Amino acid sequence: MVISNLTLASLTRTQLLEMHYKMALLRRFEEKSAEEYTRGKIGGFMHLYIGQEAVGVGCIAALRPDDKILSSYREHGHAITKGMDPRVVMAELFGKITGCSKGKGGSMHMWSNELGVLGGNGIVAAQMPIAAGVALAMQYQGLDNIVACFFGDGAVDEGAFHEALNLASIWKLPVVYVCENNQYSMGMAVEKAWAVDSLLPRAAAYNMPGEQIDGMDVIQVYETMKRAVERARSGQGPMLLEVKTYRFRGHSMTDPAYYRTREEEQEWRATRDPIGIFERKLLELDMATQAEIDENDAQATQVAEDAAEFAENSPDPTLEELYTDVMVDNSTALSFRYERK
Amino acid sequence: MRTITYRDALREAIREEMQRDERVFIMGEDIAGYGGTYAVSKGLFEEFGEKRVRDTPLAEEVITGAAIGAALGGLRPILELMTINFSLLASDQIVNQAAKFRYMFGGQPEIPLVIRMPGGGGAQRGAQHSQMLESWYAHIPGLKVAMPATPYDAKGMLKSAVRDPNPVLFIEHELLYNVKGEVPDEGDDYVVPLDRGELRREGQHVTIITFSRILHVVLQAAEDLAKEGIQAEVIDLRSVRPIDIDLIIDSVKKTNRVVIAEEGWKYYGTGQGLAALIYEYAFDYMDAPIQHVNSADVPMPYSKVLERAALSNKNDIVKAVKAVVPQALVHG
Repeated sequence: MVISNLTLASLTRTQLLEMHYKMALLRRFEEKSAEEYTRGKIGGFMHLYIGQEAVGVGCIAALRPDDKILSSYREHGHAITKGMDPRVVMAELFGKITGCSKGKGGSMHMWSNELGVLGGNGIVAAQMPIAAGVALAMQYQGLDNIVACFFGDGAVDEGAFHEALNLASIWKLPVVYVCENNQYSMGMAVEKAWAVDSLLPRAAAYNMPGEQIDGMDVIQVYETMKRAVERARSGQGPMLLEVKTYRFRGHSMTDPAYYRTREEEQEWRATRDPIGIFERKLLELDMATQAEIDENDAQATQVAEDAAEFAENSPDPTLEELYTDVMVDNSTALSFRYERK
Repeated sequence: MRTITYRDALREAIREEMQRDERVFIMGEDIAGYGGTYAVSKGLFEEFGEKRVRDTPLAEEVITGAAIGAALGGLRPILELMTINFSLLASDQIVNQAAKFRYMFGGQPEIPLVIRMPGGGGAQRGAQHSQMLESWYAHIPGLKVAMPATPYDAKGMLKSAVRDPNPVLFIEHELLYNVKGEVPDEGDDYVVPLDRGELRREGQHVTIITFSRILHVVLQAAEDLAKEGIQAEVIDLRSVRPIDIDLIIDSVKKTNRVVIAEEGWKYYGTGQGLAALIYEYAFDYMDAPIQHVNSADVPMPYSKVLERAALSNKNDIVKAVKAVVPQALVHG
């Protein structure tokens, strides 16, 4: 094997292959999730990240381990990329006690204090104000870590988006707001929902830099995010990124996607697959061999399989879990002074 | 002990907690330069500076979310919302976020957050500024709802709320800020628990359960009733979530009669919830149906005459008590 000292966007071969592996893992994990959902092993809502892998992987590669992320309900990818074991993510989807949230959260609610994964959120844009607050805590304590907050193009229509950007700007909070513009808020095409055709004027309105980038190019995502992160870390305040991407599947598992054509989907899959684009680039620049790419993919498939097996074999929560974790002090609605008979 | 106002008691609690713990800070609309809409935070900006006394934009959703985030990030924020009416703009952050995180994320996050806000009417603020919405929030698992009625409790309970590891909604009352009462000397650290009511008056004929401003009206009514020989026991709930259930049940077992006096509307409110609890836990001890004293079931009118008619007064309480306490019981 040729050991190359070449770098791409200052990333070493090892780092690039790691990014490729993560993208492959997210793809295979989500495919496996879809399969298990169809088998009835996963309930409720489930929103897949397929097609958007370059956004999460590119952005999170630009973070430090002690940086924190908040995300939307389409968050399996962010949690895994930030370091969460795919087994505990899958177990959470299965509603098992071994899940990251003990099976009490589900697809939209991944959390890890250690990894700085501060949740997906089932309410559109609700994570944006909270992200500002986490960033405020870092600034207040004089820490130099930062927050990355992911949301979709639908969140831009919520008031919370505007309030959060304004607050982050006036307080110069160390947060990067990353809009994953996958073109549709559920079924509403973004050009019908937005009064402007890009986020740049919105960034300008809140007096922060904004960048619009190709979310199918993981290197471009990484390089832009790196600048945004450095800016936030050095105390210069927030930035707004509009990362243009496309989800290859419906909004959720139950969405037949009547609002867009199969031709449009096929066009994106055939020509704009972020994993394919990255692989071609790695091969062209001699940063990876086909064998390495294949090995990454095989390993990703295996890890996804293993995650599903782990989830399947994990126990359900015991019924005692129903009433735990509501309050830190275990207080309940009624406060008794005596033992009840 | 000194006699100070409810407003000053709150300010002392905030100041002492900020002095005690560097992580405690306050944020809200017009709390710094303006000194707080009801002057609770007056002087704190000068004492602690802009890092710890933070004016915010008029954006209830983001400031509430940011306070939640700051709590998640290791701080102990005290957020002031100008009134409980405006908390509706932040209701997603309170109900869907603050109340849910601990459970939804399997017991990992901690949100030591206090949201202070006045509720209630009586100052001709009209329909959108006079609501008492505590029952909405008390309905939600994951929150605590404190409603002190006296300066002593205002200070002691606010200190407890700041030290509590859970989200606490701290509901004050616009007409209580100038009320005076005895409070231990400044710097004399004391706390009042968030899960204990207080017996304000002992009596054997009827139990009047109340909380917040109307406690003071109830106490006047109880004085009047005493002149007629009716001894009312008065329970100040102090918190509506958790509820000090045994304090209520013990009293009901003694008096066998209950009047619930509250400022909020009757239907589906705190009082009806309490009545259901009393029927559940003490039905066999009840000698009469529970009586409710509430504000009129209308949006609060502006007119002074109509507003006065909408809010319940001493006579309403006396009447409700007499409806369930027979003369024979008193003089028999």
